[in-house]
Amino acid sequence: MFKLVKRLTSLVAMFAVLFAFSTETMAAKKSKTLENTKKRGFVRCGVSQGLPGFSNADESGNWTGIDVDVCRAVAAATLGDATKVKFTPLSAKERFTALTSGEIDILSRNTTWTLSRDADIGLTFVGVNFYDGQGFMVRKGSGIKSTSEFKNGTSVCTNLGTTTELNMRDFFDSRGISYEPVVFEKADEVVAAYDAGRCDTYTTDKSGLAAQRTKLSAPDDHVVLPETISKEPLGPVVRQGDSVWEDIVRWSLNTMIEAEEYGVNSSNADMMKTSNNPAIKRLVGAEGELGAAFGLDNDWNLRIIKQVGNYGESYKRNIADTGILPDRGPNELWTKGGILYVPPAR
Amino acid sequence: MNNIIKKFLPQILAILFVVLIFGFLTINAQTNMDNRGIDFGFGFLSQESSFDVQFSLIEYSGSDSYARAFLVGLLNTLLVSFISIIFCTILGVIIGVARLSSNYLIKNSAAWYVEFFRNIPLLLQIFFWYYAALRALPLPEKANAWFGVTYMTVKGYYIPSMVWENLNVFLYCGLAAIISIIVLRNYANNLRDTKGKQIPVLLYSLALLIVLPLLSFLFGGVSLEFELPQLKKLSKISYIYEGGISLPPELIALVLALSLYTSTFVAECVRAGIEGVSKGQKEAAASVGLTPNQVLKLVIMPQALRIIIPPTTNQYLNLTKNSSLAAAIAYPDLVLVFAGTALMQTGKAIEIVSITMLTYLTISLTIAAIMNWYNKKIEIKEK
Repeated sequence: MFKLVKRLTSLVAMFAVLFAFSTETMAAKKSKTLENTKKRGFVRCGVSQGLPGFSNADESGNWTGIDVDVCRAVAAATLGDATKVKFTPLSAKERFTALTSGEIDILSRNTTWTLSRDADIGLTFVGVNFYDGQGFMVRKGSGIKSTSEFKNGTSVCTNLGTTTELNMRDFFDSRGISYEPVVFEKADEVVAAYDAGRCDTYTTDKSGLAAQRTKLSAPDDHVVLPETISKEPLGPVVRQGDSVWEDIVRWSLNTMIEAEEYGVNSSNADMMKTSNNPAIKRLVGAEGELGAAFGLDNDWNLRIIKQVGNYGESYKRNIADTGILPDRGPNELWTKGGILYVPPAR
Repeated sequence: MNNIIKKFLPQILAILFVVLIFGFLTINAQTNMDNRGIDFGFGFLSQESSFDVQFSLIEYSGSDSYARAFLVGLLNTLLVSFISIIFCTILGVIIGVARLSSNYLIKNSAAWYVEFFRNIPLLLQIFFWYYAALRALPLPEKANAWFGVTYMTVKGYYIPSMVWENLNVFLYCGLAAIISIIVLRNYANNLRDTKGKQIPVLLYSLALLIVLPLLSFLFGGVSLEFELPQLKKLSKISYIYEGGISLPPELIALVLALSLYTSTFVAECVRAGIEGVSKGQKEAAASVGLTPNQVLKLVIMPQALRIIIPPTTNQYLNLTKNSSLAAAIAYPDLVLVFAGTALMQTGKAIEIVSITMLTYLTISLTIAAIMNWYNKKIEIKEK
């Protein structure tokens, strides 16, 4: 029954684009999506169906994760309250249709930024909140230490509708290895199949592997191979055609990253208003009129930092402290050897 | 004049209404897609798909086009539907007849079977066969051989493949056998009608079907060898079988679930059909001296089939459409490959969903047409 309902919803979503009245004529500096969000009183955010560290719901239905925090930041900026978000769990297959049909306004669901997605299908990627790459997980007992040890006939479990499917084809083809792709719609199904021995290896983004490993019956019997076979910049996505909304989401994310760079966090944000550094003062709304450009008040960024925290806090809370990926790797600030680098807020 | 208006006006209005609605939907979709920068078109079908599919009846790789990926999915859907329709028909007829048996045990087990399998949601049954039943199977290296040469493992069922020499000669002989059987039947019918003589057609047909192809081995230069699956080591703890044919567990689970589920409905159709023939027919047939076998074959079944075929057609259609649940267990059918992966990679939701819908519609209409043709054939022909 649940499945049926889900199928129906996705069908409705697909056809909603047929029925939706085309009211999105753009006036300068005016965002229809923002207006509707304010009228509605909550931000509509598409997330995963459960990926620890990125977007995951607990027993009482509270969503946490770094992808969730992006939506919370937007809610804090636009509505003044980070809790005013309605989360819609989506499968990889449903996610873009849900966004383009207007069922959600932000897709923050560990989605890889690629040219064809950005250019072809009516989407706009606003930034990167996690730099990832595709890897492989195998059983420790297999003795496989590197992807170069895969042999012809290896069966590979993965998710439907992801860049993973394409990368793994590139990977195995370029090495002339024949393989058996076993493709499931839901991540939990992949985990179950791999756990049962249906597949020799499980491939997806490395962060995903680290997170899903915790769901296996004996996590310690499995190991993620060191090689990374692709670039997977994951980030939030919005619909094409509302550039103001696009900017709001982009700069909400950027604010979190820049706040970390300047050492502004949820506990010291109010005190930073009196900082000597104009950049910090701009970041907490004490100088400049940055919000006006989006049609927001001047405290929009202060609210993000106070209610959601900076990027480092979000990472620590969701990914490091949960033991998924304690090491930030490339997701460290550029000032600390990582590649997180955002344009200045001024 | 007045009459003509009365007759045609509502119809013209209805057509106008439909055209307007479709026009509105098309224009509206067009505007929305323009606003969001989505192009509409089927050009993507010739682009390189760049993804692989687990299991395919035709040669396919990631460098083939989306159109070919569509074909792969379509053939997989047809394959699983075809196998399941055959199994569910055989099972359904057996169970349906068993429900009418006078043996208490047979009758009641058949009834229990029907009530059990038709009252559990199909998706649950698919999950059961895939995640519970097949998962209990051994890993390849631990599998015991079935019939000496086949291996049932968690990674699939491995069977020997046939390596033919001069396969075409063998096929021609088979064809010749079938043609001669048809000729023989006509001759036998003729003989019965004109001279009242009976010859054992079935026996002769079987003999023809066996002897003719066998001759091709002796004189036609046909040879058949079996390639056996061989265990191969992938890593310290993982193995697969190489050589032979591997039936993926996804296919097996799907066929099991679909056939068992649909066979209950077919069984009920069969039972209804047989019970629908009035008792008088049976008694009359017996009283003119027909044997019980002849009663069933010549009197009951021809009449029962007329009742059985139309609702059974529905069940076949349902089965074919239900096969789209394959996506839940990674069987690469039309929905998974085309409306799943291909849709995701291209983002052409409207195009791909409409193609998929049209395809299912075509499959269903084809099945319905075949069954209607068969139904026409066995209908009472009034002279």
